[in-house]
Amino acid sequence: MSENIPDDLQYTKSHEWVRSLPGGEVEVGITDHAQEALGDLVFVELPQLDTQLTAGAACAVVESVKAASDVYSPVTGRVTARNEELVQKPELLNSDPYGAGWMMRVRLDAGAGGLLAARDYAQSLKEAE
Amino acid sequence: MGLKTPLHDVHVASGAKIIDFGGWDMPLQYGSQLEEHRAVRRDAGIFDVSHMCALDLSGPRVREFLRRLLANDVGKLTTPGRALYSCMLLPAGGVIDDLITYFISETWFRLVVNAGTRRKDIAWIEQHAAPFGVSVRERTDLAILAVQGPNARVKTGALLSPAHRATALGIPRFSAAAIDAWFLARTGYTGEDGFEIVLPAADAVATWQALVAQGVAPAGLGARDTLRLEAGMCLYGNDLDESHSPLESGLEWTVAWQPADRDFIGRGALTRVRAAPAQMLVGLVLEERGVLRSHQAVSAAAQSAAAAAGQPADRKIGEVTSGTFSPTLNRSIALARVHAGAGERVMVDIRGKPHAARVVRPPFARNGKALIEI
Repeated sequence: MSENIPDDLQYTKSHEWVRSLPGGEVEVGITDHAQEALGDLVFVELPQLDTQLTAGAACAVVESVKAASDVYSPVTGRVTARNEELVQKPELLNSDPYGAGWMMRVRLDAGAGGLLAARDYAQSLKEAE
Repeated sequence: MGLKTPLHDVHVASGAKIIDFGGWDMPLQYGSQLEEHRAVRRDAGIFDVSHMCALDLSGPRVREFLRRLLANDVGKLTTPGRALYSCMLLPAGGVIDDLITYFISETWFRLVVNAGTRRKDIAWIEQHAAPFGVSVRERTDLAILAVQGPNARVKTGALLSPAHRATALGIPRFSAAAIDAWFLARTGYTGEDGFEIVLPAADAVATWQALVAQGVAPAGLGARDTLRLEAGMCLYGNDLDESHSPLESGLEWTVAWQPADRDFIGRGALTRVRAAPAQMLVGLVLEERGVLRSHQAVSAAAQSAAAAAGQPADRKIGEVTSGTFSPTLNRSIALARVHAGAGERVMVDIRGKPHAARVVRPPFARNGKALIEI
């Protein structure tokens, strides 16, 4: 299966993506591989504004028809925006995981570390097969 | 590596996601589970249910035997082809399996039992059949296709000659007829009209492909589960098990108490609790966003004073046995086993937080329509 893994994003092995924004903020979502594996998404629970997130800790929940899955924060920082449209339309995670399906914006405490480049994430998917 | 149905290679070639179900490698979904669900509610879908097991029981005393074996009464089956849904009980009243019985002739009845229970079912049936001289034949040479939806019967009929088509479309609900090599039953597990086609395993692939060519959408076990739950139908292993009687599982309607002298296995135990079963199976509709899942704890809704004081609802009265997102209601729905006398509102614990749910009487949706007001 060909994977959709944009080159300009960074990734985690737990299938989150991170987009760098100006001003020390990042945008966070789940990857195309993740939405494909989860199936039709019907519920999203996002952290409240100003929540302090810790890299590697559960920060959100996505539920498909089949099952609930935790989303792990790829970075450490404070939530500055939530995608409220996604709460009403969880299917945006399926149809546009890197665009309209973004989940939240986070102001980083320090630099983001330990993230994977696109080619390394692609490699980790291959190894997991 | 699990057991495979005759259609396994077709599923894989169609891009199905394969999962283990009761020891079988089965298709979960081919693409979008929600679209497969909607295809069945609005048009027609096809499921491979060849993992289910057809058992042919034969002998001069087969009817007498089944009147002993099953909680429902095959004495009701007076016209050949008629079907009956029943539980098969332990002496203590727990459910060994739920199954459909077809009356073919006075010396031949067919049972269709669940995949995950087939070994224990066969052992139990053979043990009790022996004194009646009834023989049990496992029909591993057969496949089963379920074609379901408002257009399912017409699209199935299109595969048949005009004479056979007329016979097929004339089959009453919950009945079956033999049409050439097919045993065609107007039964299902979706809350929609349709057929279950029991046919030679060697014909399964060609028949599947012919139905798909008629515009019948392949649908997997994922859609099958959301459809049956909307239809308020129990899933063995979730909503039914050996620890609970049919009276605690929403299936009292399947227990034939008359005639009073029919001594079916489990009758004594059921009779003792009939007046006041301790638990009951109810439907739940989640009033908030979220998804109900099996094993979530159900509590009594906080009394208004306690609620005003901000106290949590902590009196556990049961748990969810099956939960999902209902595509038809666009809400989460569930079956839950709760103490008798639960009120109209309960709280369900979803990841440590109480969520309000309304107690309703299933089914939630059938024949393309929501049956619960949101």
